[in-house]
Amino acid sequence: MRAFAELLERLLFAPGRNTKIALLRAYFASRPDPERGYALAAIAGALDFPGAKSATLKELAATRTDAELFSLSYDFVGDLAETIALIWPTQGDDAPDLPAVIEALRNAKRTEIPRLIEGWLDRCDPSTRLALIKLLTGGLRVGASLRLAKLALAEMGLVDVNEIEEIWHGLAPPYTSLFAWLEGRGPRPTPGEAPVFRPVMLAHPVETEDIARTDWRDFRAEQKYDGIRVQIVATPTGKRLYSRAAEDISASFPELLEALDFHAVLDGELLVIRDGEIAPFSDLQQRLNRKTTTSALQQKFPVGIMLYDLLFEATEDLRALPFDARRARLEAWFAATRPAAMQLSPLIPFTSIDELATLREAARAEASEGLMLKRGDAPYLAGRPKGLWWKWKRAPLSLDAVLMYAQRGHGKRSSFYSDYTFGVWTEAGELVPVAKAYSGYTDEELNFIDKWIRAHTIARFGPVREVEKKLVFELGFDAAQLSSRHKSGIALRFPRILRLRTDKPAEEADRLESLRKLI
Amino acid sequence: MFCSNTPHPERWLKPTPAGLYCLPGDFYIDPLRAVPRAIVTHGHSDHARPGHDHVLATPETLAIMRTRMGAERAGATQQALAYGETLQINDVNIKLVPAGHVLGSAQIVLDHAGSRAVVSGDYKRQPDPTCAPFEPVRCDVFVTEATFGLPVFRHPDPAKEIEKLLRSHALFPDRTHVIGAYSLGKSQRLIAMLRQQGFDAPIYLHGAHANLCALYESLGVPLGDLRPATVAQKTQMKGAMVLAPPSAVGERWGRRLEDPVVAQASGWMRVRQRAKASGIELPLIISDHADWDDLLATIAEVQAPEIWVTHGAEEALIRACALRQIRARALSLVGYGEEDGA
Repeated sequence: MRAFAELLERLLFAPGRNTKIALLRAYFASRPDPERGYALAAIAGALDFPGAKSATLKELAATRTDAELFSLSYDFVGDLAETIALIWPTQGDDAPDLPAVIEALRNAKRTEIPRLIEGWLDRCDPSTRLALIKLLTGGLRVGASLRLAKLALAEMGLVDVNEIEEIWHGLAPPYTSLFAWLEGRGPRPTPGEAPVFRPVMLAHPVETEDIARTDWRDFRAEQKYDGIRVQIVATPTGKRLYSRAAEDISASFPELLEALDFHAVLDGELLVIRDGEIAPFSDLQQRLNRKTTTSALQQKFPVGIMLYDLLFEATEDLRALPFDARRARLEAWFAATRPAAMQLSPLIPFTSIDELATLREAARAEASEGLMLKRGDAPYLAGRPKGLWWKWKRAPLSLDAVLMYAQRGHGKRSSFYSDYTFGVWTEAGELVPVAKAYSGYTDEELNFIDKWIRAHTIARFGPVREVEKKLVFELGFDAAQLSSRHKSGIALRFPRILRLRTDKPAEEADRLESLRKLI
Repeated sequence: MFCSNTPHPERWLKPTPAGLYCLPGDFYIDPLRAVPRAIVTHGHSDHARPGHDHVLATPETLAIMRTRMGAERAGATQQALAYGETLQINDVNIKLVPAGHVLGSAQIVLDHAGSRAVVSGDYKRQPDPTCAPFEPVRCDVFVTEATFGLPVFRHPDPAKEIEKLLRSHALFPDRTHVIGAYSLGKSQRLIAMLRQQGFDAPIYLHGAHANLCALYESLGVPLGDLRPATVAQKTQMKGAMVLAPPSAVGERWGRRLEDPVVAQASGWMRVRQRAKASGIELPLIISDHADWDDLLATIAEVQAPEIWVTHGAEEALIRACALRQIRARALSLVGYGEEDGA
């Protein structure tokens, strides 16, 4: 456990991606099976301990600490696991090892688990305690993604990372066959016909300087739909719906799964489509992150898929083909298969970049986020290869708003005032809140804002500070909607901070009436 | 010590916007703005402010004030009172007792009409080779800080943290270790602890640290081979230890060094996301303030039936006092805890 804890701590503080990969690689190369495999599983989020939830830990902490002191501490630290690790009253030096923890949890009766955990916590120092809690509750949040772990494994085994990506979903912890292959002690594990996730191809945002230096005649245009990216996998051995991040979301959409009566791997956008019309993202949200669903929900928010790529037709891998050829295969396959609840994402004809620019601006009316631009000769490549796929989102709307309230963030931003409420002026010269934003600033700006907030607090309401109405921010947002939940009557979609406007006096911030015109 | 007919300290020691004011003695302790008479606990700028007519403090604190703000701003008249000596002003007896925070830091012991208040200023209980250790004094009211007044703050053994720094230095012999540390107190303590653990190589200093290190040495705290970092060649500092103010290490000043390992020595480093968000690669949990356990141990030792909390996380400390049946209240003095990086 100590080695794992030290890895997590070093990863958290390691400044760069390369340092992190080096740390992971050193760990995987030096630790034995099955410990390293379990560590990998922890980073992958592939471990689940049903008897050990954060509620269990909270209850344990409650039996060992004063409730009021705990809540004051949690408010300061901002992270539950870290609060428990630090406030736990003992200081031990005899941490259990990782496989032993996992085995013990697997064999324990549910009722025995809290006692087990309590014993381990007593034996650990704060840093191992934190690693243990993070392990038990999932969500290591150490700034090392599964992708980095795979890159480290690829370096260790001298293989291409995509070779690991391809087989990943056919593997299970503690990944002994994977390590055996990487160390030249065994064959490459193959997924066969298992319904595994295939690495997706992602797009770069179009920056101003890209517009002139790219020959857009080589590209095909499609709408950028405001849904979620999915991979549809149907093989003779199983059917799956994966999110872009390789998460299996099949359980939320049983009616889609049932309709998969073919053998193929497809790429598309999941949307709520009502009478042929694409509904706003907020409708789709009603269907996301559910372990089960009801027929009422299925009828109220009917989902469908806009298809834009075909990766496998039966067992034939099409990914090396250029986009144009894959598109032709997709159209032929679609015509022959007529899959239920699916449509083809239409290609949008265009002759010049100016025409595309007009189309992109029209996107707001089309309930789409902008345009996707894909090179006709591009193969389907894993990751975000440069210059092949572009996303050209419509320009955000913006307004100047005044900081009104601030709250400490959680996770990465914990113990900094990083969550803000912004307001604009009413006709009566009053500020009313219109948006909350948590992102869009640099670490340097965050430090500045945090300090400013501490120095300009005029009132506190629990964790919330009210500040002097002086600091102006330029906010970007995608749309303004009517809302009965806000005093201003308006809610902004995707608000984010574009710029700090220390140059602008608060009185010159935007007025509510100008915002109303945008609805 | 405190009988029913003696006036409770709250009748003669009052929090005011200018700081804690002693009525019968007509002086302020660590006043937040210029006043006719001030008693200063220690040299950090949030406690020792410029422009007072008359300043009473330990000789070390007076010297630190003169070095930092210039003799003319460090009090029109300065009066030194060594640890353990007493002085009477009107009918208040004053004694300065070591607080263990930085060189010269003192608790102000005030006796008036049979009751005693101790204003501790900032203090710590961990060992520090650069200053006299904290001495607990029994009293009726103990005025304490609460910078780390939350049970999540338990500072580890500082020697272990220095070992961590030396291990990293051995692991990355070509990288410059640049340690963010407050220029008064923390810097000298780190240097002295490195020397205690046998680190004899030159230590390079940011300009902000040099004067105060020289002053410490002149006041009898040896710090070994110190060199200015600002004029040193970048390559000369390859693999060296460099000390700089926390604000400089993450900035251009720190980045011009050779592939630096950015460290910071502060009690705040205990909270990871906080350390992380300030761009630190090597957090060192070393503080010149009492941690949670030491705050409570000190409160128990001075046996005061009543605790006043000047600044920091008052709420939690007051709660912990209540759990121990000790009266406690927050003085809500605004203006402390802003300088020393804890």
